[in-house]
Amino acid sequence: MAQKTVEYAVSRNPEMGTGGLPAHGPLFPVDIAEPQMSSENMLINIGPQHPATHGVLRLVCELDGETVLKVIPHIGYLHSSFEKLGEYRTWNQVVPLTDRMDYLAPLIYNCAYVMSVEKLLGIQVTERCKVFRVILMEMERIFSHLLWLGTTAIDVGAFTPFLYAFQERERIYKLHEKYTGARITTSSTRVGGMMADIPAGWIDQLKDFLKSFPRTLDEIDALLTTNGIHLGRTQNVGVISGEDAINCGFTGPNLRASGVPYDLRKDKPYYDYETYDFEVPIGQHGDCYDRYLVRMDEMRQSMKILHQAIGRLPGGPMDVQDPHVTLPTKTDCMSDMESMIHHFKLIMEGIKGPAGDCYFAVEGSKGELGMYVVSDGGPKPVRWRIRPPSFVNLSVIPRLAEGHLVSDLIMINASLDIVLGEIDR
Amino acid sequence: MADQPKAGSALDAVQAGPATEAALPARLAPTDLHNPSVDALRARFGAAVLHHEVTAGDQHVVYLEAGRNVEILRWLKEDPTQHYDFLADVTAVDFGGGRPLQVVYQLWSMPHRRALRVKCELPLTALTIDSVQPLWKTADWLEREVYDLFGIEFAGHPDLRRILMPENYAEGHPLRKDFPLRGRFTRAEQTRRALSQDPNDQYIPAELAMGREPQQATPMPAGGPIPTDRSGGATGAGR
Repeated sequence: MAQKTVEYAVSRNPEMGTGGLPAHGPLFPVDIAEPQMSSENMLINIGPQHPATHGVLRLVCELDGETVLKVIPHIGYLHSSFEKLGEYRTWNQVVPLTDRMDYLAPLIYNCAYVMSVEKLLGIQVTERCKVFRVILMEMERIFSHLLWLGTTAIDVGAFTPFLYAFQERERIYKLHEKYTGARITTSSTRVGGMMADIPAGWIDQLKDFLKSFPRTLDEIDALLTTNGIHLGRTQNVGVISGEDAINCGFTGPNLRASGVPYDLRKDKPYYDYETYDFEVPIGQHGDCYDRYLVRMDEMRQSMKILHQAIGRLPGGPMDVQDPHVTLPTKTDCMSDMESMIHHFKLIMEGIKGPAGDCYFAVEGSKGELGMYVVSDGGPKPVRWRIRPPSFVNLSVIPRLAEGHLVSDLIMINASLDIVLGEIDR
Repeated sequence: MADQPKAGSALDAVQAGPATEAALPARLAPTDLHNPSVDALRARFGAAVLHHEVTAGDQHVVYLEAGRNVEILRWLKEDPTQHYDFLADVTAVDFGGGRPLQVVYQLWSMPHRRALRVKCELPLTALTIDSVQPLWKTADWLEREVYDLFGIEFAGHPDLRRILMPENYAEGHPLRKDFPLRGRFTRAEQTRRALSQDPNDQYIPAELAMGREPQQATPMPAGGPIPTDRSGGATGAGR
């Protein structure tokens, strides 16, 4: 398995301790006695409305001075009960719910859901659809990591990478808009195919993005990777060992930063990922800096996959040619009796498949994104469950943050790359 | 021309009706009926392994006796031939109609690259099962979520309380099939409850125990802090 160990580009500045504090004592001796301060611990709320929590997350912290003694996360502020709503919708009607969960990488969620339903119903999608979904998913990985990069840089005080990253994100938004008509709520997939074929010029626009994006990434790299303040704020902060990370359910870049080469694209390949040439970057220390390095390298690997996928994008139909699954074209519907019947039956009755259940996971931008669908043979799911990567990653935050400073808690929270829409669902 | 049915496709499919299980055997036939883990489980635990099935082509599901879940899952996790060290998910399924609830564990073995789905069925009259949180820390929040949304109690869980719904949510467990989509209370009642909440309900007892004094607005006089009225805590920061 192709792996690549990311390394500390620079080792720690010996003058700087964890969290950017000076490692040495005061520069000149002071003989003033420390004042006797009251040492009562303090209870503070970070959030639910605070930009540094990256969403509607509330962390109740017990502090001794600036040291975090205890963190109790409270979630559920965005709870919309998507799983319950899904039980009242047909298989295709669930798709718009999926992109509202992770609005930072909506297309991965669209794809993961229909891939799970297709596996349950035994539908083989066309080759063109497979490659196109790979393109969309890798594009979204860059899209999501860029947001993570920009907002995390802001949390440690670097404003410029945020602007650079959001300029590039805007170009992916344009690609969303050109294909789906929406910037965030894409709802692009259907069971058995996509909402439409690729529009003319879309691939060229993506190629343009791929041509100039590496330069921006290198600029951000130059601004952060060897930046002393960034190193001091991230190295040795929020360390978790590989074994603990597996036990706590970490997945995605967070797990790989701890040195565990677990990537579903390699371990449980889907959509011919085993035939793409790319490496899985893994870290060694499991701290915030390694999580940064792993994500930076993942963006480069995603670009590599995108180049290969564009090269092998075949022609042919996008949707499966099965009247039980795919809606007929509008022209057929209006001129052809059988097509109209199929259209009517699909709309009124929905897609029906065998009873059973299916758990299908893809490597999302934040970790293992699993979709568990249970069917009783009817047109609606009996149960639709999302295995939420951010939810599980966030549950580890008390363990990572306790003993660090409040400013490190912000960095640790940022480095986990959470999205509250998906945590609360 | 237009009257002719298209060759060998559309009209046949209309007459065949919607696809059923019988119509899809070739695509969904189980590729492999044997799973080394299931065979080993049967050999070791015998009657506690109730049922084994293959769904979606290649996914192995094994039904276990609910009372022995921790014992068997511990063996699955720690035995070197199994080594299911990664618990991907814990969830539950309610089929409605008074049928038992299923607790579903999705296991993955990193070294062997093998997946296994374990299910335990709980009758509606006894919704209690042992917690696997001591085995996998992942189960902490996942079991809390199942408790919150399905009302299944996990015996031995260190911190079993609601996670997505508010702690004082009184309408029941939303993902149960007998729970109506819009909730049990009327909109008016839901609004009334939301508006008459005590701010202290936003905190759990462990947090209320750690917050000490309400913050002082006036500077402290010399000679120590003045005694404060603790009953007014709701207005102070952190209480």
